[in-house]
Amino acid sequence: MPFTTPGRRAAIVAGVRTPFAKSGTVFRNVPAVDLARHAAKELLYRAELSGAEVDEVVFGQVVPSVLCPNVAREVSLLPQFPRTIPAYSLNRACASGAQAVANGADQIAFGNADVVLAGGVESLSDIPILHSRRFSQMLVDASRARSLGARLGVFAKLRPRDLVPVSPAIAEPSTGESMGQSSEKMAKENGISREAQDRIALLSHQRAAAATADGRMTAEIAPWFGRDEVVTTDNGIRADTSLEALAKLRPVFDRRHGSVTAGNASPLTDGAAAVLLMAEEKARALGHRPLAYVRSYAVTAVDPGWQLLMGPAYAVPQALDRAGIAWGDLGLVEIHEAFAAQVLSNTQAWASPDWAAKLGRAAPVGVVDWDKTNLLGGSIAIGHPFGATGARIVTTLANEMVRRDVQFGLISICAQGGMGFAMVLERA
Amino acid sequence: MPMLQTTVENGIAVVTIDLPGEPVNKLSTAAGPEFTETLGRLRDDPAVRAVVLISGKPENFIAGADIEEFTRLRTAAEAEALSKHGQDMMNSVAAFPKPIVAAIHGACLGGGLELALACHYRVASDHPKTQLGLPEIQLGILPGAGGCQRLPRLVGARAALDMILAGKTERAAKAYRIGIVDELVPQAILRRVALEAADRVARERPRRRPRGGLTGALLDRNPLGRRLVYRGARAAVLKKTGGHYPAPLAALEVVREGLERGLEAGLALERRRFGELAVTDVSRQLVQIFFATTALKKDDGVPAGTAEPRAVERVGVIGSGFMGSGIAGTAVSQAEVEVRLKDADLERVGRGLAAAAGILDGRLKRRRITKYEHARLTALLSGSADFRGFATSDLVIEAVFEDLAVKRQVVAEVEGLGEASPIFATNTSTIPIGRIAEGARHPERILGMHFFSPVDRMPLLEVIPTAATSPETIATAVKFGRRMGKTVIVVADRPGFWVNRILSPYMNEAGLLLSEGVPIDAIDRTMTRFGFPVGPIALLDEVGLDVAAKAGGVMYEAFGERLRPAPTLAAVLADGRQGRKNGRGFYRYEKGKKTGVDPAVYRLLGVSPGTAVSPHTIEQRLVYLMLNEAAMAVGERVVRTPRDGDIGAIFGIGFPPFRGGPLRMIDALGAAKVVEILRSLENAFGSRFAPARSLAEMAERGGRFYER
Repeated sequence: MPFTTPGRRAAIVAGVRTPFAKSGTVFRNVPAVDLARHAAKELLYRAELSGAEVDEVVFGQVVPSVLCPNVAREVSLLPQFPRTIPAYSLNRACASGAQAVANGADQIAFGNADVVLAGGVESLSDIPILHSRRFSQMLVDASRARSLGARLGVFAKLRPRDLVPVSPAIAEPSTGESMGQSSEKMAKENGISREAQDRIALLSHQRAAAATADGRMTAEIAPWFGRDEVVTTDNGIRADTSLEALAKLRPVFDRRHGSVTAGNASPLTDGAAAVLLMAEEKARALGHRPLAYVRSYAVTAVDPGWQLLMGPAYAVPQALDRAGIAWGDLGLVEIHEAFAAQVLSNTQAWASPDWAAKLGRAAPVGVVDWDKTNLLGGSIAIGHPFGATGARIVTTLANEMVRRDVQFGLISICAQGGMGFAMVLERA
Repeated sequence: MPMLQTTVENGIAVVTIDLPGEPVNKLSTAAGPEFTETLGRLRDDPAVRAVVLISGKPENFIAGADIEEFTRLRTAAEAEALSKHGQDMMNSVAAFPKPIVAAIHGACLGGGLELALACHYRVASDHPKTQLGLPEIQLGILPGAGGCQRLPRLVGARAALDMILAGKTERAAKAYRIGIVDELVPQAILRRVALEAADRVARERPRRRPRGGLTGALLDRNPLGRRLVYRGARAAVLKKTGGHYPAPLAALEVVREGLERGLEAGLALERRRFGELAVTDVSRQLVQIFFATTALKKDDGVPAGTAEPRAVERVGVIGSGFMGSGIAGTAVSQAEVEVRLKDADLERVGRGLAAAAGILDGRLKRRRITKYEHARLTALLSGSADFRGFATSDLVIEAVFEDLAVKRQVVAEVEGLGEASPIFATNTSTIPIGRIAEGARHPERILGMHFFSPVDRMPLLEVIPTAATSPETIATAVKFGRRMGKTVIVVADRPGFWVNRILSPYMNEAGLLLSEGVPIDAIDRTMTRFGFPVGPIALLDEVGLDVAAKAGGVMYEAFGERLRPAPTLAAVLADGRQGRKNGRGFYRYEKGKKTGVDPAVYRLLGVSPGTAVSPHTIEQRLVYLMLNEAAMAVGERVVRTPRDGDIGAIFGIGFPPFRGGPLRMIDALGAAKVVEILRSLENAFGSRFAPARSLAEMAERGGRFYER
């Protein structure tokens, strides 16, 4: 199939992220918006770009703060920007950061923007804690009461259990199944062994540790100047972990027959990432040498009641088709590691003739070569701030494509709600 | 062209004040007849029920009286007549048979506020530019058009004295809170609300509730309480002015007279004291300082039309220590520009950013900015351990270690960022700028910006071009310094520049006095009595003994024997005493607070303190050395004009403002007299007192620094 670029090519010029930190640690007291602003601001300086050049800001966030529902607008209201840059926030679950990049690239392709700042953020230290339905109703009634007596009367019905706060769970609203339960189910149904999962986790930690030590990873991180310390690295990476140590962990979701542990799943994480996109000719005019270009992307969805995290099994072949390339053309692959069981379920499907048949394809999508995949580690080690991960992966892939002089790279992300996201980047 | 335009709408006359050909409205005697004529016409016009006074200027109501006019007064009687003229005008407003409403947007100061106070009702816009105040005290006079009478009657003795005695200006919101204005409204509806108020007041005069509740009743509305207020105010004034400034005490007396003996008596004393104050030397000097700083605000440091300053929106600061972080924080808080701070490692950058943000935190705490402004300004700060983000800077200011090689290295690094490299300012107090710029690819983009410590509080900035610096670079630095809230003087690239040059012999002499056994507090007290905010020894502690010693060495090297540092400093420094910053100096410090002279210093110096030297001699030895050095430096063209020199001394080292600066002081004493005293000091104490040649020549030909 001959490939034609739909509209103008969108260049990835630079990307920066905050350190990723396990929730409740170094960013415990930092609102998500501050993380997002930090990444965006630092990106602007590292790209030596004037804020006035930016046409649009798009940020992904999965659990927004009720006090700051449009985090992207607060980013575009940084004093480094003119106050006139429109901005919106989006929610494509765990693919939000990547979706922000895709939307930015679309706007550039259509000619609606020359420069887009795209990114994502999540703070699970800064999540809304809600009151129970009954207590919220009482507060509303009390605010409408006309006298002190009436106001007190409202609370006469208050019971202790009404005061138990409700915090958002990471469960599917349509099925009630948590993501961990889903991946446990996928491990069983797809026959993914505990050891195979732990090996993925080990590789993730070892590679992330190596990339941190040799500076490839830290180069993408904007140091965070905290009250008492400067944070320059992710705090979930364990250089010293081993298969033995991972094997000792107890399964979390099915204590008797399960295989998904805290060790082979991504942790709850706080962090933000931002990517600078430009129209190819604009990048040239401003003297930037793009890292890579967005070639294609695809988003799919499956029934959440089936295997919740199988979206990429559909999205990846679609994105490859849209890019007009085959698996064999890929020099690098980045797979988001929500759970090792999910990663392996998807790679198994891509390699499977049965799966190919189900998709109506003559041959399997492709076999993952781990020497070309997740070379700087993945979300299990680095962490997974839901909204930010996609933007982190875009940056890492683009940088690594330059270092290895690779023509095509693939991104695969599974997302809540049964969705899958895939994107193909190209160089030159 | 008339200053007043009148239109009548539904029985309300709107009088628009718009002084032709001027950016601001000012009150002068020339405006008197027009006011009288307009008021007379409106009084007789049966179609007019009420009057609204509003300004035709976008950003001010009335900025005050015409100060130029003020300098032409020769005698106290003339000044008193001027005051009487103003009082009569305000009285005619106050006694006007139809209500007059002032609609205030923008600066409403001095005579402008006195006029508003004479009106029957005041509506102000809630815009931040709307500022009300009686700043006359700052010019050594007092509000002489009834302001000392009407303000206390409106807001009570305490609030009025608070404003009048300090010459303080308040935002509209505060003015509303204390009762100066009756209504606070958005600017967009100011005129409409004023018209409605005029209509209402024409039917019923407003009644104002007394302010301040019980405390107000006890202190403001009760003669015994007021006596306490007067006594407290007097003590506070004396403490603040050291008795050098007569105006606040006179204003206090006038307010008291008016409140205790009635309006007529108050007005009579007000104009008499105004007349007396207006022709004092103190007031003359303060007015000159006002003119000088106003002129400096319009001075880009290069001849007009030579160069346009570059727009500065992104600033790089290299070196995140005390100076660097102070520069960063002040640039963000005052100039509201992006500042990127760089140092060798991220820990230092982090500490520097925290210190810079601390300046903003302080302003938030003192409610100078809102939490939203605080968040926006804090976000202007960023930091890095490398030069990423510096290539797009418009201006880079370095405040690294005082070492020529290090500074040259920084120049090379910044020039390496690209052909369009930013303007480069070096913050040094000891290294010649020309040496730093040697070998640079673009010496035309390099100059010195000498900030004083602590940067956020010290009002002066010395800008030091080299022979190679381009006019554009100079103009950019001067303008940016001004945006940082500094008074900027352009000085020559000579050792010590201006401020440290004239300070150097003064500090040395203080050290010599100390080694002669003169007690530390005797030296410092003598100079604070002279009018300095701190004495020379206390200043050493503030500056840092190490910094002072280094600077002293440079001056000695450059100028030789005359500026040889006193041995005392080295001896005390050798004991590990660096001054306030390490809590050990000539004084003792507990938790950062000065607790008194440290007698251990005398033992270090091997002297036993005694007061064999009279305060008169202490003062002469210290002050005349500074005067002499100032004259010499002017002779070497270190400053462009005597004006810059005096402003530099006043804002840079706190030279007593009422003395007008060292050069004005020489003029006041007469060069011949100064030379004569220097010669006698030279005979008694040595050649360092030898009069500067330029001063001796000036004495011979009967010259002055300023024309009369």
